[in-house]
Amino acid sequence: MRRLLLVTALVLSSPMPLAAQDSLPPAPYAYQQLDDPELEAKATDLMHTLRCLKCQSQSIADSDAPMAGDMRHQVRTRIAAGESPAEVRQWLVDRYGEYVSYQPRVTASTWPLFVAPLLVLLLAAFILRGRLVKRKEPGK
Amino acid sequence: MIAELGLVALWLCAALAGLQLVAGIAGLQGSAGLAGLAMLARPAALVQALLCALSFGVLLYLFAVTDLSVNLVAMNSHSDKPMIFKLSGSFGNHEGSMLLWVTVMALAGGLIAALERRLPERTMMATLGAQAFVALGFYAFLLLSSNPFERLSPAPAQGNGLNPLLQDIGLAFHPPTLYFGYVGLSVAFSIVVGALLTRQVTPEFARVMRPWILGAWVLLTIGIVAGSYWAYYELGWGGWWFWDPVENAALMPWLAATALLHSASVLASRDALRAWTVLLGVIAFSMSMLGTFLVRSGILTSVHAFAVDPERGSFILALLTIYIGGALVLFALRAGTVAEGERFTVMSREGALVVNNVALSAILGIVLLGTLYPLLTEAFDVRVSVGPPYFNPVSAIFVLPMLVVLAVGPLLHWRRDSFARIRPMFLALVGLGAVVLLGVWLWSGIAILPLLGITLAAMVAVGSLLPLRGRNLRRMPLAVWGMVIAHFGVAVALFGMAADTAYQQERLVAANVGDIIEVGPWTGTLAGVVPVSGPNWQSIEASLAVSYKGGEPIMTHPQARAFWSPPTETSEVALVTRWNGQLYAALGNQAEDGRWQVRLWWKPFVTWIWYGGLLIALGGAIALMGRLSVDLRRRWAQRKIADRKVDQAERAAG
Repeated sequence: MRRLLLVTALVLSSPMPLAAQDSLPPAPYAYQQLDDPELEAKATDLMHTLRCLKCQSQSIADSDAPMAGDMRHQVRTRIAAGESPAEVRQWLVDRYGEYVSYQPRVTASTWPLFVAPLLVLLLAAFILRGRLVKRKEPGK
Repeated sequence: MIAELGLVALWLCAALAGLQLVAGIAGLQGSAGLAGLAMLARPAALVQALLCALSFGVLLYLFAVTDLSVNLVAMNSHSDKPMIFKLSGSFGNHEGSMLLWVTVMALAGGLIAALERRLPERTMMATLGAQAFVALGFYAFLLLSSNPFERLSPAPAQGNGLNPLLQDIGLAFHPPTLYFGYVGLSVAFSIVVGALLTRQVTPEFARVMRPWILGAWVLLTIGIVAGSYWAYYELGWGGWWFWDPVENAALMPWLAATALLHSASVLASRDALRAWTVLLGVIAFSMSMLGTFLVRSGILTSVHAFAVDPERGSFILALLTIYIGGALVLFALRAGTVAEGERFTVMSREGALVVNNVALSAILGIVLLGTLYPLLTEAFDVRVSVGPPYFNPVSAIFVLPMLVVLAVGPLLHWRRDSFARIRPMFLALVGLGAVVLLGVWLWSGIAILPLLGITLAAMVAVGSLLPLRGRNLRRMPLAVWGMVIAHFGVAVALFGMAADTAYQQERLVAANVGDIIEVGPWTGTLAGVVPVSGPNWQSIEASLAVSYKGGEPIMTHPQARAFWSPPTETSEVALVTRWNGQLYAALGNQAEDGRWQVRLWWKPFVTWIWYGGLLIALGGAIALMGRLSVDLRRRWAQRKIADRKVDQAERAAG
């Protein structure tokens, strides 16, 4: 519910250029699939991992926001032109920053996201060892 | 005048909570001189429940009559709204929802005070005191920073209305369900604190706590299932889980409650895992409060928005620190004196439940990290997004082994078992898994996670039914039925998730009237598009005739709807439900050339996700009934014994 609230708020409060952009018809591939099902599947998978920047916590594959439509168009045309999903993601990240990608990469600011699960795994193994192995011989 | 009555009732509640706290402390001291004061704890809790209910009743009334001189009503309601949404509007906002929270909490407190007789008296007093201490914080929050009865002068001629997305019957009941769940965990928390204070972490304590955990867990399950289905049909794009922080805020208490539920069962049946159960009790309520903080502080919209107006967020954060920090300090102080409890071997029901507990806690840790990490970096002006590509694989590391243990664990005996005994069943399950895995992979070659999901769903489904083998079904306790049904529900939901992820088909087209659209086994014909209007909205409605594999066509009517107060556009999708999935149709805008955007999905077995979720909740409810009926029978037997004693005493005297 809150994400759509935010969409509304953002659309209402955004500066003029965006409002002007809103009145344009949506780009052709915003609401239209690629003819090749394989490429379309590739594009759809990618779209599910890209953030709609005008919404709260929605991917561009789940949003009615005009900007999400434009981004879908970009993704589809680029995939159709033969770019790999990784290249398209990089292109969007270059334009909008890491924020646009739901798939965090290991960087100076995100490494804890990847180290922590390993620590949790170790911790889990440690607890299970303490809880289970120690008790192979139950108290008599 | 009416609004002020509500406010007065609320202040009285706060005062009574203060009294209950003092009385609880007096009762914990247990000295004879304070016995008179301690006696007030139970009545204070009871009267508080009544007054809080009155206060919430007043708010409902104000919304029902649309009293626009009350700020909250003016901000969130509108006289043209249907009555049911006027009422649900009373808790569809910050202040009202917090009032609902404290009301439920007071009712729960009243219920323990009235009914609970099993705990030792000092532990009971400590529990009531802890409950009052927690309640006091929330009363302070409500009265000092979120007064729902604040007046607005002059009263406006009309209200702002409720966000149309919230004008949905499913959503009207979604927040209260979650809140009831959160508050149930607050009761478990109070009982934990009470038991820690008096060092009475016993199986009896776990039995007292268990119905509250079960009830909370059932409601959290229903709340999450309802929220997921709501997002699915209301957002118009067919997604049912987004790893959105708001969803995670509800998922985290659920994960903790699930772990707590299993751990409390071990404690109740076997007197093992004492410290672990206590710790989970604290964590479960922490997650409820954290969820409330995330959703209510505005921090999710933007860390900076939170920093600009931090009053409410800081308040909840302070409460969180006091309660959770306090409980953890208490736990640290007492953990040494809470003996470990009974021992068991790896190959035992307890052993499997420990694995379940550790895995659930690990998943909780991952979700917590993934939810909070972006907020943390945002505070340093680095914006990152953590979404499905992170959560799905990382949580799978723990979910997949947990599901294997879930399939096997219930077959094991308590305390000590041998692998040789369950080997035939174990091998049968592994064989089944291998056959399903290979079969599905050869047949359709889907991605690895859905493939493993379908495999494990089959294993869990069969494994969950195996405990029924060789038992007299008519004499089996309700709690065991509950377990079987809930575990089977996990398999059903898992299958739905995996099947929809792997096999859904999507069709986005711009169509003219008369065009034929195909998606999977369905054929749709756009028969017409007409405008329609409702009490507070106008729509464009399509008539779309769909037929499954060339069968009888069914007419569906997806709408693009525009509400005018406040102005919002929503997508009212059309769903055609079959046993093996759902057709999902949404209508978009009209393009320049006059064609209509139509979006169609064929989502195989998607409904099984929510059926499975409901089965899980049903299992919990049945287990709860089982536990309560055993308790009632025990009480009845005790009363009979007591009566007989009195009889005998009288006869002896006469």
